[in-house]
Amino acid sequence: MSKNLRFKSSKLLDETYRISFKFNNKIYYGYKGDTLASALLANDVHLVGRSFKYHRPRGIMTAGSEEPNAIIQLHDNTSRTEPNVRATEIEIYEGLVASSQNCWPSVNFDIGGINNILSPVLPAGFYYKTFMWPKNFWEKYEYFIRKSAGLGKSPKEADPDIYEHKYIHCDVLIIGAGISGVIAAKMAAKNGLKTLLVDEKSFLGGSTTYDNSEFSKINNQIASSWLEKEVNEISKLENLEIKTRTSVAAFHGYNFLLARENLTDHLPINQRKNKIRHRLLKIRAKKVISATGAIERPLIFDNNDRPGILLSSAIKKYIDLYGVACGENIILFTNNDTAYETAISMTQRGIKVNAIIDNREQVDSKLSYEVEKNNIRIFKGYTVVDTYGYKRINGLSIMKLSKDGQKVIGEKIKLSCDSLGVSGGWTPSVHLFTQSGGKLKFREEDQVFIPSKYPSDQLCIGSCNGDFTIEEITANTILSIKKFLNIKNTNYKTLEIMTGINKSKRNIWLLPSDKILGKTKSFVDYQNDATAKDIKLALREGFRSIEHVKRYTTTGMGTDQGKLGNMHALGIISETAGTKMGEHGTTTFRPPYTPLTFGTIVGRNVGKFFDIIRRTPIHDWHVINNAKFENVGQWKRAWYYPKENENMHQAVQRESKAARDCAGILDASTLGKIDIQGTDASEFLNRVYTNAWSKLAIGKCRYGLMLNEDGMVYDDGVTTRLDENHYIMTTTTGGAANVLGKLEDYLQTEWPELDVYLSSVTDHYATISVCGPHSKKIVSKVIPNLDFSDEKFPHMSFKNAKIGEIKCRVMRISFTGEQSYEINIQSNYGKSVWEKCMEAGKNFDITPYGTETMHLLRAEKGFIIVGQDTDATMTPIDLQMDWIVSKKKYDFIGKRSLYRSDTIKEDRKQLVGLLTENPEEVLEEGAQIVTDIKKSPIEMLGHVTSSYYSPNLNKSIALGVVKGGKKMLGQKLIIPMENKNINVTVADPVFLDKEGKRLNAKL
Amino acid sequence: MFLINCPFCGEREQSEFKAGGEAHIERPKQPTELSDDEWAEFLFMRKNIKGVQFERWNHAHGCRKWFNIARDTSNDQIKAVYKMGEKPPVK
Repeated sequence: MSKNLRFKSSKLLDETYRISFKFNNKIYYGYKGDTLASALLANDVHLVGRSFKYHRPRGIMTAGSEEPNAIIQLHDNTSRTEPNVRATEIEIYEGLVASSQNCWPSVNFDIGGINNILSPVLPAGFYYKTFMWPKNFWEKYEYFIRKSAGLGKSPKEADPDIYEHKYIHCDVLIIGAGISGVIAAKMAAKNGLKTLLVDEKSFLGGSTTYDNSEFSKINNQIASSWLEKEVNEISKLENLEIKTRTSVAAFHGYNFLLARENLTDHLPINQRKNKIRHRLLKIRAKKVISATGAIERPLIFDNNDRPGILLSSAIKKYIDLYGVACGENIILFTNNDTAYETAISMTQRGIKVNAIIDNREQVDSKLSYEVEKNNIRIFKGYTVVDTYGYKRINGLSIMKLSKDGQKVIGEKIKLSCDSLGVSGGWTPSVHLFTQSGGKLKFREEDQVFIPSKYPSDQLCIGSCNGDFTIEEITANTILSIKKFLNIKNTNYKTLEIMTGINKSKRNIWLLPSDKILGKTKSFVDYQNDATAKDIKLALREGFRSIEHVKRYTTTGMGTDQGKLGNMHALGIISETAGTKMGEHGTTTFRPPYTPLTFGTIVGRNVGKFFDIIRRTPIHDWHVINNAKFENVGQWKRAWYYPKENENMHQAVQRESKAARDCAGILDASTLGKIDIQGTDASEFLNRVYTNAWSKLAIGKCRYGLMLNEDGMVYDDGVTTRLDENHYIMTTTTGGAANVLGKLEDYLQTEWPELDVYLSSVTDHYATISVCGPHSKKIVSKVIPNLDFSDEKFPHMSFKNAKIGEIKCRVMRISFTGEQSYEINIQSNYGKSVWEKCMEAGKNFDITPYGTETMHLLRAEKGFIIVGQDTDATMTPIDLQMDWIVSKKKYDFIGKRSLYRSDTIKEDRKQLVGLLTENPEEVLEEGAQIVTDIKKSPIEMLGHVTSSYYSPNLNKSIALGVVKGGKKMLGQKLIIPMENKNINVTVADPVFLDKEGKRLNAKL
Repeated sequence: MFLINCPFCGEREQSEFKAGGEAHIERPKQPTELSDDEWAEFLFMRKNIKGVQFERWNHAHGCRKWFNIARDTSNDQIKAVYKMGEKPPVK
């Protein structure tokens, strides 16, 4: 570049450390300490992106996290690529590659720019209004709209970086290390409080760091020098932990805050290996001090969005902190004294200030005198009415404001410039304060919202509390912290402050123009292209609530969350509607304050750490024997065991046949097991199950159904009476924890008088289920000293036994309808007993089977699976399980609900069997069931809940729920599928061995 | 995220607890005596007020005990924590 835009005298930059980086495929140079924005500006690059809707050229506008325009794609086409990164925040490093977003083919020539010309026909709500007609065309429109919408690109591969979470507890958390935050940190730490100070920047001190002017002094020292000493002092304090590059994302109730600490994003790529990239800090602070500062407001005038237009404070920051000039012929446009500080910084460096346009008629402060002394033109009482230049501002025109500020009058004056700094005063950054539930109040004199009611033990200080001059900041900060922290020694004597600022301001939310509003483009939200015109249109169309206007116009809904323009939107609404500011509310600031990466949010909980994995004691055997696994809750359950080239269907058919023809073996260890003891255990079971339990003899087992208080089936399982006051309950695999929780709830809160104790023993026992006609021979070999005869050990009974020296419990219970034995043994013996069973069963063709076969076998018997054949709307009566509901018991959980007007309706969905006309046709689970396919809309009677091809019956079988199904036995119904209708007949849900002969079958 | 002072374990983070809805709704002793409306009142009707609300909480990932809290729903401040069977110490 021929222009000299860089001064070599910045404190922040290391000029001996030159860094090369790539932006839009071009190589540039900057220095260590530069942000991408400051380095681009030093290379005279202002145009960095295109706006979202109109694709207008946009430039860097700010120097901080509030940036709406300069959001870029980092690391092109790699697994680390990241969209929407603010160029004003990312520090450059060797190897940085970035590109513009939302433009094609390039930022200089963007085809979407046609939208700018079409803009008169693209008002707010354009998409809502236009693409609704005709109704069924939406699917066609959507494809194109989605294609052209969206900003950056997300990575297509897994994130290769490491992230982590960390808890921090402290007495005082201070957010923001500007001048007030630094003072607060010193006061807190020096008074023995464990203090944490965080700041999103790489350095401490905030904007005072570069406040080098003769016009702001503390104790007769230039403010930046005074603060430098303070910063040096606090860096050595023992009680103080300082975290830079740390941005607080969320401020929740109870002073719980989330912050992201950025550890490697500023390092050269080759130094990042094996380092944690971001750390999510979960902070619990006894007290929180927000010193989050303020953000300068832009001004709202026609074409206020061209590249080269920046906040005036940003121009000052680029000069004083980064040593970069934003242009060589700069105009400042302001309604307050801030721009004069910028003008003084510029003249100190010899940059030309072409003119200052000031909304105010009266300008008198030490700063303005200094500016006038330097022969800079000041247009008092003027406003900018238009700007020129497409990819970079090259001029503007100004006109005189009328007395009431509503109109422009007189001659139009044209001025040339290559950059424009705007200042509409300051907006306190109250985002975090309001996130925590804080209430704001409106201060009329300078039109700002400031904190009013604190919801927790917290305090706002400095400019986020509405103190904008050093004088106010220092005086109020020291006093309020002394009170807030209840400390005696402030460590500060009275500070002598000298400031040149006069606080006067002429606030006009929407500046008038010589054009009619419809012909202007005065941007309120730069990123989302929402203009003043759009907001007024929304009001004309009847929107009043700020939340509705926001959603209709998309004001404040970009990645910057409207940090710049939200106040103007509120101002324009209240002016147009003739109401007071704040009457329509302020929009809610939601976390995160600045976007977080997904990596930060999930931390280490990725891959195998995503969720807990539970494995049974026999798991390794399943793995060796080629089992495919199924996730059931957190459990890994053997699903089926394919042999050679078998697919799932073939394996399941083989396993199912083997279990009924000879013998099958199932790992049932995942079933929930609850040990129940106490003198009232029987009474307790009476109350929680639908059937009666008091007469169950010791050594006997019984199936039980558990309801919710609303009468709906909640869980089921077999419970065994081990002793007079001792039972073991089994629950479904997925329901175990909830059942235990529910039982505890009733015991602790409704029936504390019952003497009952519960403990979960799910993990303590391995459960091996051997079934089939040969099962008895197999278990007799495994446990030879136990009498397995039907007389001594009938169905639904239990025996204590020993395998060698190891105690075990054997239950003769069946979920398959076959003769079946369950061996429960201490977990660590599970695998060896399983292997013993396999060995004993060798001559009987024992076949291990998984959950899929288990489901098939029980469906043949019409046994339900809670959660598959039921949802939370099925009563036992709906399931045709009336037999298990005791009529004699006075009460049990859910009893009263079984005869509510709703539950006794005859047309409720009821469980039935379904047989297809073609026995080879297997229904799809979840398919809808209807009678009349000609009716429109078709009435849905229910759906298929379980469906299999039964190798034992040689036909397809299914269970389903159908409205009034109980009375439909034999009736024909239709299952409409995508390309055919399947005819079915309603059948008894028990398809196999209705008499239960197989339970005692002898071979 | 609240900090909840479990009456058995002391102050713990909310993630250890499970909320159990409105407190002080006693299960009727003789449900069969109730009309549909009376039973529905017990089964379905819950308050949703702005202000102090009494709630059941369970220290699910701790001592597994149930207890009650009085929480101001407008600002989530917990006014009191008390054991099952005890009367609310605040109004």
